[in-house]
Amino acid sequence: MAAVTPLLATKGVSRSFGGLQAVQDVDFTLQAGETRALIGPNGAGKTTFVSLVCGRIAASAGRVFFDGQDISRLPAHKRVRAGIAYTFQITSIFSNLTVFDNVALAVQRHLLGARDGRLSRDTLREQSQEALALVGLSAQAASRAGHLAYGHQRLLEVAMGLALKPRLLILDEPTQGLSDGEIENFIALVRKIGQTATVLLIEHNMDVVMALAERITVMNEGRILAEGAPEAIRADEAVQRAYLGA
Amino acid sequence: MSRIDGKSLWLHWAVLIVLFALNFLLPEYHRGVVTRVLLLAVFAMGYNLTFGYTGLLSLGHAMFFAAGLYGAGLTIYHLGWSVWPAFGAGLLAGIVLAVVVGFLALRTAGVAFMIVTLMFSQVFYLTTLYFTTYTRGEEGLVLPVPARTLTVAGAEFGLTDPGTRYMTALALFAVVLIATAFLVRSSFGRTLLAIRENEERMRMLGYDVFANKLASMAISGLISAAAGAAYAVLFGYVGSGFASIQYSILPLLWVLLGGAATTLGPLIGTLLTFYVIDTASSYTSAYMLLLGIVLILLILYFPRGIAGTVRERWLPWLP
Repeated sequence: MAAVTPLLATKGVSRSFGGLQAVQDVDFTLQAGETRALIGPNGAGKTTFVSLVCGRIAASAGRVFFDGQDISRLPAHKRVRAGIAYTFQITSIFSNLTVFDNVALAVQRHLLGARDGRLSRDTLREQSQEALALVGLSAQAASRAGHLAYGHQRLLEVAMGLALKPRLLILDEPTQGLSDGEIENFIALVRKIGQTATVLLIEHNMDVVMALAERITVMNEGRILAEGAPEAIRADEAVQRAYLGA
Repeated sequence: MSRIDGKSLWLHWAVLIVLFALNFLLPEYHRGVVTRVLLLAVFAMGYNLTFGYTGLLSLGHAMFFAAGLYGAGLTIYHLGWSVWPAFGAGLLAGIVLAVVVGFLALRTAGVAFMIVTLMFSQVFYLTTLYFTTYTRGEEGLVLPVPARTLTVAGAEFGLTDPGTRYMTALALFAVVLIATAFLVRSSFGRTLLAIRENEERMRMLGYDVFANKLASMAISGLISAAAGAAYAVLFGYVGSGFASIQYSILPLLWVLLGGAATTLGPLIGTLLTFYVIDTASSYTSAYMLLLGIVLILLILYFPRGIAGTVRERWLPWLP
């Protein structure tokens, strides 16, 4: 197999907060088209690591490559425009705006940067409705985002990520606080997204991980502990000790 | 969603028509008051763009107003420029100052931003006092009457005539009102509002938050300077009192009173404040006390200001 440029690669990225090494010297690669789960106990550095990838937090050391380009020095908004979308662990939406306007803000930014797209009222409406339909929020388009049920707010968060038409979608604990029925639908949604985009998923719910992930990366104490196919990770002794409830 | 809908467009035209008619209806004294109010409402609309729409609480907007005032006044007084180029000099001074100050101050947020803008404005104020030779400080400069002649398409208008003065102020007000009404409904306007609501989310949607805030500051500085430059040529007086902290606080009060992030709020707030002070000062020297009470009552019962409350309770389409 020829060496393919991975969509995302990090080389020795680290980040410390005061004396705490949240992420230490992480080398990570993700191939285009993959759906990868990132798991690990609380405080393992998962959110910090993906924040270093999307530029929300500056790395203390190390480099990040996206599609072969060194993006280590790019500010967050330029990384988003390059194709990395991040959905927040703690729901972060525009509560006072309508559901439609929330998504339209993402579409507007995408169209401003897109070479093929043009920012017109029609394309804006069309693409916003498309993203809402994908997560099943079409009926709520005119509601105030802050008035949505919690599960629907999580879906809106995902819709905003999708509306950016990202090449890499980072989902940070998307199913946290969702009901079992909502989780079912969510798994189906991520499967659909995974057909066109590369997905990096931080998740605690192992049923969701096992249903979606093609490969799993396990983090512990700021480092990568193990990486492999779901079955191999399930069988890995060190992982079990650190995480899977030993 | 970016179109200004019919109703709000008609409302804006109606307001402008009423203001136009007032030129012929108002007694002389009140016509003079409303002329001043129109110019200061332009200043308030400029302030509203950063404070109301972008969520940036600046305590230094006096420097932008004064930049326009001095940009126009000094070039007329010392260089003998005519009104149009002097007005242009005022605009240029305002936008350049806003970009420079914005570039530095926008590295901070919240309380730090308030203090940094306040400090820059104080520096500007003290500078006008330091160069007393040219500015005559607090005493100020009175612009020569012959220089205050506006030439439009070959026709000359003396800006000391009350009717001309009113109409000139109204023209500037109308241009700025319509421009801001379109601006806040444009994609740029929506971006500013969303930054006010949730800055971190906007960054992670790929928006350059800093650049958008800076653009907001620049346009706000330009509008504030336009008000200042027009004030200089219409009233013929340029003094450092206009750069003092009072003129940074006043637009904040006007906008709070009228309704932040509403297009007509600045006019309502400025007009009301002016008449509260005007009425109260004819009875007592403690007129600021009355203004204070009015403000406290408004914040308690109408925290969104007059236009903001009307929009919230009765007219959701109000821009």
